[in-house]
Amino acid sequence: MNFRDTMLDNYKEILKTYISDQTEQALYLSEKFSRKLLECKVSPEEMISLHKTSIMELEPDLPESLLLSLDILLEVMMAYGLAYREHQSLRTIQRELINEIEVAASMQQTLLGTQIPHLSSLDIGAISVPAKQMSGDYYHFVSHENGAISVAIADIIGKGIPAALCMSMIKYSMDSMPDDSQAPGDVLERLNRVVEQNVDPTMFITMFSGLYHPENHTFHYSSAGHEPGFFYNSEKGIFEELKAKGLLLGVDKKAKYNEYERKVEVGDVILLMSDGVTECRTEDGFLEVDTLIGYIEKYIQLGAQDIADKVYKELEYLQDFQLRDDFTLIILKRIA
Amino acid sequence: MMDSSVKIINEWDIVAARQLGRNVAKELGFGIVDQARITTAISELARNIYLYAGQGEIIIEKVENGAKKGMTIISRDAGPGISDLRKVMEDGFSTSGGLGAGLPGVKRLMDEFSIESTLGEGTLIQSVKWLR
Repeated sequence: MNFRDTMLDNYKEILKTYISDQTEQALYLSEKFSRKLLECKVSPEEMISLHKTSIMELEPDLPESLLLSLDILLEVMMAYGLAYREHQSLRTIQRELINEIEVAASMQQTLLGTQIPHLSSLDIGAISVPAKQMSGDYYHFVSHENGAISVAIADIIGKGIPAALCMSMIKYSMDSMPDDSQAPGDVLERLNRVVEQNVDPTMFITMFSGLYHPENHTFHYSSAGHEPGFFYNSEKGIFEELKAKGLLLGVDKKAKYNEYERKVEVGDVILLMSDGVTECRTEDGFLEVDTLIGYIEKYIQLGAQDIADKVYKELEYLQDFQLRDDFTLIILKRIA
Repeated sequence: MMDSSVKIINEWDIVAARQLGRNVAKELGFGIVDQARITTAISELARNIYLYAGQGEIIIEKVENGAKKGMTIISRDAGPGISDLRKVMEDGFSTSGGLGAGLPGVKRLMDEFSIESTLGEGTLIQSVKWLR
């Protein structure tokens, strides 16, 4: 037998118990009853009608005025009943949306997936964690035929779905780039033209593009307004900023990107990141660069992936596990 | 079959339409919960006429379909019409502005619901509640 068939009797029983002696037990039973009502989608107006029927059967001598007052109560509760039904249908819609976003997010992971290249002289680690379900950060590796490795990291100004859609475009422009166009400055110039032509003028992208040559261990890089990376000089035990000047992608289609060069020795580490790392916010304000470097230094002797994972864990903890921006950190460590 | 209608010109006509609807619902043997649902739907339709169309009418008809008995509420106006029916049938569209149940509310309160609207000509809404 279902709840609706027995609810009048159940309710009368609760009412009767409470009218005879006002126990907490009866009040608890009515709490349970109301949960059941919601579970079975009984609307407020039905409940008031149920109450009226019950009380009329239990107490036949009630004054007419009291019973009439219940008609007004029922009418007044109609709007609540409608709001309740609307809430239910909106919840269904919300669940559908959440499911759709989950599918989109996992699709994004597949679409934007990149293989971390294996080199005997270079240990590479990467971590990228979205603040919401969809990420506006992106990183990409390419192994060239001549043995060189391209690395790119990009950040869309903005988060969520619009940023994610924009990312897909960047990914496909990079994939369709010819193998002979490896110079970081050229890469940025080409992407800049794509972005300038295809993206809404209010959307900007910052990007850092690098190229590692394993035969002479030099790192060439250019930046389109991206967060500067760090370079760890293992001989001196110091961190330096990988400074590079360049306009954001999508601002000016004629923008030129200068290329910079760095010699990399065994033990040196290149760290590339999105602003979710440097602009990590805590209760006391933004994270200081020195604090960030402190964390990196603590783990600099570990393998590249471990450095990335541990630094992320520290910053996650520092922010009480609430990422405000997408977080991406790439580590390139020369090991031989 | 008995038909009757109420012209909606001012706010008091909403009350008259409700009264007519309630009388018919009672006569047919609808319980108090369904009576309240039917009159709430009538209020909503009549208020839409009063607020957006200026004038129109609410027609109440008894219907029979084999062994089933019920009542139809028809709302007809020669107002501006509705340009985006999908939008007005969306939950949260009218209610967020505090305008009441909106047309999705009417649809939920009744068993059947249909709407036709032509820009510049007006809107016709028909809804049925069956006696269980």
